[in-house]
Amino acid sequence: MTETNAAAEAGTGGTGGSDRAPRPDRRPGGLNHLLRRTLTANESWTFIALIVLMAVFTGLAPGKFLTTSDLSLISQTTAPLLVMAIGETFVILTAGIDLSVGFVLVLSGVVAGEYYVHSGGTNAGVGTILVGVVIGLATGGAYGLMQGFMVAKLKIPPLIATLAGLGGAEGLSYLITGGHDVATVPNKLASSIGQGTLGGVQWLIIISFLATLLFGLILAFTRFGRYTYAIGSNPEAARRVGINVDWYLILVYGLSGLMAGLAGIMNLAYYSTTTISGHPLDNLTVITAVVLGGASLFGGRGSMWGTFIGTFIPAMLASGLIIIGVNQYWQYILTGIVLAAAVYLDQFRRRLRERA
Amino acid sequence: MAEAEPQLEARNLVKRYGQVLALNGANFTAFPGEVTALIGDNGAGKSTLVKCLSGAIRPDSGQIFVEGQPVTLASPLDARRHGIETVYQDLALAPDLDAAANLHLGREIYRLRALHILNKTEMRRRAVAAFKDLGVELPDVDAPVASLSGGQRQSVAVARAVAYASKIIFMDEPTAALGVVQRERVLDNIKRVRDRGIAVVLISHNMPEVLAVADRVEVLRMGRRVARFQAADTNVEQLVGAMTGALTTEDDDPTATAGGNGAGGNGASDNGRGAA
Repeated sequence: MTETNAAAEAGTGGTGGSDRAPRPDRRPGGLNHLLRRTLTANESWTFIALIVLMAVFTGLAPGKFLTTSDLSLISQTTAPLLVMAIGETFVILTAGIDLSVGFVLVLSGVVAGEYYVHSGGTNAGVGTILVGVVIGLATGGAYGLMQGFMVAKLKIPPLIATLAGLGGAEGLSYLITGGHDVATVPNKLASSIGQGTLGGVQWLIIISFLATLLFGLILAFTRFGRYTYAIGSNPEAARRVGINVDWYLILVYGLSGLMAGLAGIMNLAYYSTTTISGHPLDNLTVITAVVLGGASLFGGRGSMWGTFIGTFIPAMLASGLIIIGVNQYWQYILTGIVLAAAVYLDQFRRRLRERA
Repeated sequence: MAEAEPQLEARNLVKRYGQVLALNGANFTAFPGEVTALIGDNGAGKSTLVKCLSGAIRPDSGQIFVEGQPVTLASPLDARRHGIETVYQDLALAPDLDAAANLHLGREIYRLRALHILNKTEMRRRAVAAFKDLGVELPDVDAPVASLSGGQRQSVAVARAVAYASKIIFMDEPTAALGVVQRERVLDNIKRVRDRGIAVVLISHNMPEVLAVADRVEVLRMGRRVARFQAADTNVEQLVGAMTGALTTEDDDPTATAGGNGAGGNGASDNGRGAA
């Protein structure tokens, strides 16, 4: 965790300047410095909130909440959400939004599922499975690139571009399947990625964690990440220093689509069906996760580490509510409230900063 | 005259926005190691001229010379390649990034070039050196620029321009948003940059400030250069007179239209540097 923390910290780019002591000679990697940054970071507060949430549920339902099996179930069902939150983090860092994620997930799963139906069915071999995975990823990626084109080149506000994209993906999914879930999924896919484990850990968890780590490193340490922050922070400044802002925006939305495609494959493997109508509120959950993780909807601030923690809050909430016997649909209401509160706090912080 | 060759020269720039003639055959000259103030009333065409000279927009006609060579500035990157940097009035900084990241934005240094992995240590080292060079003191180089004061932000923008400008720096109203102390610091910076042999072009509304820091003054009115002064030999009244049209000293342009020409050169002690 420390390593991820350091990596994410390095890339937060905007954790607030509460430490203003005139010490220009301070080493950037100093332990003291790191500690201070960690304490002032939004991510830390999200982490504390997560711990509190866990403690409350554990207290309410001792011995049931947070048992090993429950924890791995939470991680498993959260895996596709976490993967989508990776892409959403990049999008939100550019001051954009991607509402289409859950629907692109379904579309990618549907396209891959249709491919499996027509080539091998449940007995498909490894080669066929891999082709289907690539098709699913390509569907999501291409869909995302198209939405990025609408945002960057056609100058359609992201909210509308991805809302239109959401409708398109939903419609396509129903058209392709005729409204019936595709449940012909290769057994080998379901038993490996879907339900299989490696060293006792579910593949879904491994994939989602590795993806988070990889893109967290890209965000924190590469040019792509740096430009993502810069574009969200001040697109005009980015343009003036010669950054091809439109191109990067298209790529960022493409990445979000690609991640939704990956989540679509994971979802297909896990449930062995396309769950067409099962993801209407994934966008709410994913956006809440990213915002809870400290990302600002105004762009330029946030980190992958924060998103990682943020993703588990709605998941803990859902699991905890079920265990203590509260109707689980309260989850969505609570998530909505949490999202509104988090954005309000961000607005408030921003106003304070601008006054300073 | 055996004067130094102009570092930057514009001849007869014309820029039209629909019905509006923003530049009507404007000339401009800047010399190395000098601060040239570009002044003019609102709408005189200052920002359009600066945008043309920094590659942000392309003039409809006219020529631009850098060190005597004709150049085409199709983009800000083109201008940068010719050693021209601009400090924009809005500073064009990314507030959420720290000073080092802003200094190197668009010119990152890599640890592993093939994978675009940034060398943050080296960028930070160079940023600290660049700030020290300019005498800029930042409380925390690693803090996002948004948490710095207006003057400090200004310093970051100036340091960025200075770090890369080999020939010319444009500064658009650099002190407009600053307090007295910070203003002095920026003016010191301007002089320091000039002393490196760079041509500094200062766009400003503040006449006393112009006279304090500039070596020469060029006045723009209705899209044309109407007067040039040696700062040491002029005063606020003359500058204001030139800006408002009461005083015109330029007569070097045959394509001049009414309002930009005539009147002759009383009071202007210098009319002769550079232009043909």
